[in-house]
Amino acid sequence: MSPPERRRPFGIIAEFPSVSALYRAAEEVRDQGFKFWDVHSPFPIHGMNKAMGLGRSALGYIIFVGGLTGFLTAILLEYIPSSFLYPLIVHGKPVNFFTVPPFFPIMFELTILFSAFTAFFGVFVMNRLPRFHHPLFNHEPFRRVTNDAFFIVIDSTDPRFQKLTPRTCWRKPEAGK
Amino acid sequence: MAETDLSSTTVFEERMQRRPLVLNNRSMSWISDLIAGIPEAKTPLWWWITTGITASIAGFGVFCILYLLFTGVGVWGNNIPVAWAWGITNFVFWIGIGHAGTLISAILFLTRQKWRTSINRASEAMTLFAVICAGIFPAIHVGRIWMAWFLAPVPNPNWIWPNFRSPLLWDVFAVSTYFTVSVLFWFLGLVPDLATMRDRAKSTAARYIYGVLALGWRGGNRQWLHYELAYLVLAGISTPLVLSVHSTVSFDFATSILPGWHTTIFPPYFVAGAIFGGFAMVLTLMIPSRSIFKLHDVFTMDHIDVMCKILLLTGSIVGYAYSMEFFVAYYGANPFERFAFINRYFGPYWWASWTMFTCNVIIPQLMWVRAFRRNLCVVFFVAMCANAGMWFERFVIFVISLHRDFLPSSWRMFYPTWVDVFTFAGTFGIFLTLFLLFVRFLPMVAMSEVKGVLPEADPHFPGASSNEGLVQEGIATHEPA
Repeated sequence: MSPPERRRPFGIIAEFPSVSALYRAAEEVRDQGFKFWDVHSPFPIHGMNKAMGLGRSALGYIIFVGGLTGFLTAILLEYIPSSFLYPLIVHGKPVNFFTVPPFFPIMFELTILFSAFTAFFGVFVMNRLPRFHHPLFNHEPFRRVTNDAFFIVIDSTDPRFQKLTPRTCWRKPEAGK
Repeated sequence: MAETDLSSTTVFEERMQRRPLVLNNRSMSWISDLIAGIPEAKTPLWWWITTGITASIAGFGVFCILYLLFTGVGVWGNNIPVAWAWGITNFVFWIGIGHAGTLISAILFLTRQKWRTSINRASEAMTLFAVICAGIFPAIHVGRIWMAWFLAPVPNPNWIWPNFRSPLLWDVFAVSTYFTVSVLFWFLGLVPDLATMRDRAKSTAARYIYGVLALGWRGGNRQWLHYELAYLVLAGISTPLVLSVHSTVSFDFATSILPGWHTTIFPPYFVAGAIFGGFAMVLTLMIPSRSIFKLHDVFTMDHIDVMCKILLLTGSIVGYAYSMEFFVAYYGANPFERFAFINRYFGPYWWASWTMFTCNVIIPQLMWVRAFRRNLCVVFFVAMCANAGMWFERFVIFVISLHRDFLPSSWRMFYPTWVDVFTFAGTFGIFLTLFLLFVRFLPMVAMSEVKGVLPEADPHFPGASSNEGLVQEGIATHEPA
């Protein structure tokens, strides 16, 4: 609890009544050139990345590297013991690197396992989570963001933040006014 | 003529119209109230009674396991030649059940089947609990439980490494990967809903626990951006994974030389059977849940209808596999193979094989009829038959193939002991107890995903054009107000 004059602003937060209103407002905020802002909704909205002017997530490349690590781990895990440490001759079959098929299932499984771990932890690292305290949680209406409310938040660190006047950033100035 | 055409076209169009995934134009907050309201409500009496019963069964199952561990595998009915009996039957039965959850969460996601959102959470939970039950059996069937670590890819005290080319080791990797990936996928999907639970929580304890589990999720689109990609990738890698798991399980048998096991049809046949049995178990759990928790608008008859179609499809694939195995045994002209299959259907265990065939192939054919697909009693009956039939399928494959091997002097019947029976019953207790705990404490329907398939979730939804402007505007501050 701190008196209102002592509170530092985190950003402007506006609530919108529907997904379509949110979408149009997001396009407008994007066109006005804001940088540090976000749209908050209870579920991912189709096309919102485009409306916000965001590119693709880079997570895919990271997961690929994770998967590759798993694949290489499996190769080392299988061939070092089977070819060098304790070659186990079964059915008289060779144990060298070129007998791939019987070694393949474990390579496949470890590729999947490492990709999954990378994807899972990647989301939270990229999103800077877990973070249990956030200024937005201080804003009472924001509690409905996980239920049925839609918000746009413009961060106070945005270069254009100081010039903001209420109710201008969400829609085009109407003609004749 | 023209008139009939016209009217039939209209009927056709009516039938073919895309049906709403959530009935009665329910709002987003209605969905939150319904689903989050289940764990938030006071624990109902029936829950205590049911959980008391299932937990007691689970407890007796644990007692049987301890008895086995302290006495030895002799307390089970397996003996040469039937060295693998109920233990492995139950393992494959449970691991197969899990496959429906991953099919719903991954394959139906990739194929954009939006109806999956109503059932994916509960099915994924079912997957986890089924795999937990499955995992018990390989660990306890080894006899010397203190050597179960021989399964791990590490050298034993004699510095002998496991054989990485053995299907049994593939199985260890496949099942443990499957469980881990299923947990990650399930939890990732749960995070936005845990945030809903956190934001709705009345008590401090609930807010704290759900808050910690939700990891501070704020629903920002910059978060959803990565979240959706990770979800897509997890679905993409879970799809080959789920197909590989039961294929690998089937390799345990298919790579051996035993007639009845040594067939190339096993991997696809096992996968189809797993999905069949799993969908039956999803229906078994979801039909009562639907009535108890009044999910009728979210989990509609249309959902049940399509699930029945999957049951019909996979049941028929399994029926094809049974017939093809029989045909190949005849056509392959191998006397041992022929004997194994004649013995399967007409030998001393004929009743098991015919139960399997009836439950898995003949009874699901009822699902061709639309009226049956929309009759909950019929659907539940078919699902229960499929559950039983799929257990018998594994019993037939493992026990019947083993009990009459190449040397007639060693032929022997298999009889389960009470420990066999109650260990299996105990896993049902464990499974149902875990599922009851899940519905009690976690949102059993993926709220954020169901909201996402509502018509108004589309940014170009025409009905919302009048909904212009702003509800409210304010300044969020670093310090709490």
